[in-house]
Amino acid sequence: MPAEQPHHLLAALASRRFLVSGWPWRAAAYVLTALPVIGVAALLLSPVTLSWAATFRFAADGRFHLPVLAVTAFLTMALGGVGTVLAAPFAALERRRLRIADPRPVEPGPRPAAGTAWLAARYGEASSWQELLYLVLLGTVAPIAYSLLAFAAFLVAVFIVSPLLVWWDGTDLDGVADTIALGPWQVTTPAQAIPYLVLGLALLPVLAYLTGLLAAGHAATARALLGHGEQAELREVARSRTRLVDAFDAERRRIERDLHDGAQHRLTSLSLQLGVARLDLPDDTPAAQALDRARAEAKDLMVLLRDLVHGISPQTLADLGLPAALRDLADRSPLDVTVAVGPGVADRYPTRVENTAYFAASEALGNVAKHAGAATATVRLAHRHDTLVVEVHDDGRGGADPAGGTGLTGLADRVAAVGGRLLLSSPAGGPTLVRVELPCLP
Amino acid sequence: MPAVTRVVLAEDGVLLREGLAGVLQRFDFTVVAAVGDGAALLDAVAAEDPDLVITDIRMPPSFTDEGLRAALALRAAAPDRAVVVLSQYVQAEYAAQLLDSGNGRRIGYLLKDRVVDIAEFVGALRTVVGGGTVIDPDVVRRLLQHRRDPVAELSPREREVLALVAEGHSNAAIARRLTVTEAAVGKHVGNILTKLGLPPTDDTNRRVLAVLAYLRARS
Repeated sequence: MPAEQPHHLLAALASRRFLVSGWPWRAAAYVLTALPVIGVAALLLSPVTLSWAATFRFAADGRFHLPVLAVTAFLTMALGGVGTVLAAPFAALERRRLRIADPRPVEPGPRPAAGTAWLAARYGEASSWQELLYLVLLGTVAPIAYSLLAFAAFLVAVFIVSPLLVWWDGTDLDGVADTIALGPWQVTTPAQAIPYLVLGLALLPVLAYLTGLLAAGHAATARALLGHGEQAELREVARSRTRLVDAFDAERRRIERDLHDGAQHRLTSLSLQLGVARLDLPDDTPAAQALDRARAEAKDLMVLLRDLVHGISPQTLADLGLPAALRDLADRSPLDVTVAVGPGVADRYPTRVENTAYFAASEALGNVAKHAGAATATVRLAHRHDTLVVEVHDDGRGGADPAGGTGLTGLADRVAAVGGRLLLSSPAGGPTLVRVELPCLP
Repeated sequence: MPAVTRVVLAEDGVLLREGLAGVLQRFDFTVVAAVGDGAALLDAVAAEDPDLVITDIRMPPSFTDEGLRAALALRAAAPDRAVVVLSQYVQAEYAAQLLDSGNGRRIGYLLKDRVVDIAEFVGALRTVVGGGTVIDPDVVRRLLQHRRDPVAELSPREREVLALVAEGHSNAAIARRLTVTEAAVGKHVGNILTKLGLPPTDDTNRRVLAVLAYLRARS
């Protein structure tokens, strides 16, 4: 079985297959695309960073130059004043660029659309100040770190092309062999440069790891300061569960459609043919009796298939929406079920919400019929704010326990998968109330 | 009823469409057009002006209630148009919408299962063409199953009679089915209508409509 593929650069660095994977190239792309961003950030912040550098210089010498201090303080305050606004486009660009090194989603906090509300958020939210911190790092630490990497890359490149350099530049106009200095060593012939070529090639993997490390460090910083850390991953998990639910629903609809278009059509056609055959037979012949039995079986089979299809994906729900489907469900129940639809409840909701609500009501009514010993039940459907509420109430004996394998756990899972919650009140002696709340937009 | 009934048939399953067309030809119906979706049905009816329209509910392109919407549109354009809607499953809501369409007469809502008994199926078609209303017994049974008040006050025999009335049978037909005298059926019907608070009338179709309208008001 192949090992699990690393999903982001940091994980890839720890993998033994790092060098033969595509990750070094992604790291290189991330680092190279960072250069213009860092350049602009450093240029933009240069008045502030230079004033800081000057202050440090003076402080290191034990001097405190008042004009320098004043200018530094002024520039720093100015940065605090407009920095969060300046940082916003950088943060947006860096979030997008982060996908190169780390495709896991990164989410900014909820932002008001525009205007003064946006400005207020720029100063009022912690995430705005984190973005400013990121911009400052981009203008100070990043140039130093990237310069070091650039120097290392330059060194390795020179080592590798050194034989070529010596050969190219090997003779002066006067025919005297020139000397090329490689660090403390002098090289005059291409042959002498071969060890440097070998060394340069040997250092390539090291350079790849250095690039990977820098890119991973940059990406981790970006994720920590620009994203919302684990929340984003939690959201992704929730979304993936929702997608799974959607996929199951789609699959059920497909099966339902296949059964309808295939089996049900063919069976109806077969029944029709049996009916036609029966027309030509006198009533009292053995063939007529056999055919009558066949017709009765075909009819039973149609009912059976219809119930099966209904269980897979209730057509009423797909065709007419939740309120009608719940009434239909009530009609089918062996109990006396009343359906109450509150004001403001729409006919149609997103498929996922409809399916989950219907499934919840169906499961709860099934439990009532099986376990509660109730005679009547009520299904209430209400829409409050952005929440659709389904309540199933019965007059049974109560004592429903989610641990008792009554399908309540599965129901709770299904509800949670679409971001809803299930509440249960079932004291011994009854009555039982199952309440399902599903988030939905009106 | 004219000697030959001209029919437009809409059903997206080719096997069933051809089977139905074959059956209809045997019983003095002429299928003037057989189509596979709602839009084609509307076109065919406009072109042929048939005596009877038979349509499946679930057809392309939406595969939901194409046929029903086509039927309702046809009834809105010509309130007296005879339309029989075939459905793969029972849906009281659809029956109600059909009964509300046009003048409430010459309408049929049948489960596809009915084709297994062709004599009965053709009889239902003729009832509709002749001005009657036919609602599938399963729909009626479903509606009656959970009614406590005041249908619960009906005796089992009266409920049985009510179901048959709702299916569009005359007193004589009900009497034959239940092997009782027609007078007894008349008495039952009178009792039912009294218990349901409906004024008695001799018109079978109006009885059906009254009963179903009453049942529809349940929720």
